[in-house]
Amino acid sequence: MANLIKFKIDGRECMAEAGTYIVEAARQNGIFIPTLCNMKGLHPKGACRICTVRINGRLMTSCTTPVTDGIEIESESADITELRKSIIELLFVSGNHFCPSCEKSGNCELQALGYLYQMMVPRYPYDFPLKDVDASSPKIIKDQNRCILCKRCIKSIKDENGRSFFAFHSRGNHLEVVLDEELAANMTDELAELAMNNCPVGSILVKEKGFATPIGKRKFDNQPIGSEIEG
Amino acid sequence: MSKPVIATTSLAGCFGCHMSILDIDERILQLIELVEFNKSPVDDIKTFTKPVDIGIIEGGCCNSENVEVLRSFRKNCKILISLGECAIMGGLPALRNGIPVEECLHEAYIGGPTVQLNKEHILPNDDELPMLLDRVYPCHEVVKIDYFLPGCPPRADLIWDALVALITGDPMKLPYEVVKFD
Ligand code: SF4
Ligand code: SF4
Repeated sequence: MANLIKFKIDGRECMAEAGTYIVEAARQNGIFIPTLCNMKGLHPKGACRICTVRINGRLMTSCTTPVTDGIEIESESADITELRKSIIELLFVSGNHFCPSCEKSGNCELQALGYLYQMMVPRYPYDFPLKDVDASSPKIIKDQNRCILCKRCIKSIKDENGRSFFAFHSRGNHLEVVLDEELAANMTDELAELAMNNCPVGSILVKEKGFATPIGKRKFDNQPIGSEIEG
Repeated sequence: MSKPVIATTSLAGCFGCHMSILDIDERILQLIELVEFNKSPVDDIKTFTKPVDIGIIEGGCCNSENVEVLRSFRKNCKILISLGECAIMGGLPALRNGIPVEECLHEAYIGGPTVQLNKEHILPNDDELPMLLDRVYPCHEVVKIDYFLPGCPPRADLIWDALVALITGDPMKLPYEVVKFD
């Protein structure tokens, strides 16, 4: 490997190639830093802030900050964990997350982070915003109640000409991620499946696919999120 | 020392949380050794007859009666627990939140595709019926709640561990498998 450097996460000696983003460098060293908007293979943008760490007394998003030689990164101190938990709680109250009736339940990254941080009740009041469910396209259901606006779908689901199936629509409180009707009409099964899997929550669902895996066998039923990294 | 007293109720819930209490299986025998039940569907005591130590609330508040019962629990119980998603966040009944009550009633009693017999288009209006609230409220938005046990229903082990912890004063273990939102 080229240019290996040393750095520390929570006091643990780590090594990675210079310039690797901290989230990825941590992963290579068996350390899990939670992410929502970030996903392997996509250009990071530091939107959801769940991967916040502290470097030299400053809070930074670890998905957009590269490791440099000798830096000391603080990731799991009590106050950072509390900050991450509060972000999860905010996401829960600002949408409509009825986990008991959600197709993604058990496989949902937002819910899994709720489990990780043992969210018993959000500290913020529930907003109960009125949101739509768009089931008009042939392959996919887009449920706005659960969308956390992470943009993963916009960045990763494209046709052969590089056009995104999904796009931001409106702004501020009304901001939504919508599905392009024309493109969606010709969406392949594979791409529909990928869109569902890339969505961290249950906002993109392939039609007639819900509740396929029984409770107890789903991704996060028995294993906390990140345990595949921490081993 | 007299046994700790427990009361339970189901507000806008489906009784699933109460079924989950019963799901502690044979530990129920231990439970009745440890505690005494007061107002609860478990023993069918309808009104509080003494001060209660632990009140367990299933379901959120969707009507005026729910609010009244919840307030009486707060008044009579030292500790209140929100048990399950409906008590904690309104749960499935709260799917109506954001939709005007009038529209909900119209869908349920007049315009819905399965409504056929209500030819006179009557909305339930008997004085005995509690009034629907404008939306479904999580219990902690109505009274102070001391502890929250999520799940739909909460796992029996979670309920058991919480009760034992409250009665003995020992800390709760909270293993990963028991804290779930579904
Ligand atoms: S998307 Fe995730 S958090 Fe939201 S309701 Fe579904 S399972 Fe729960
Ligand atoms: S639909 Fe899913 S992937 Fe797309 S922005 Fe919303 S939460 Fe993110």
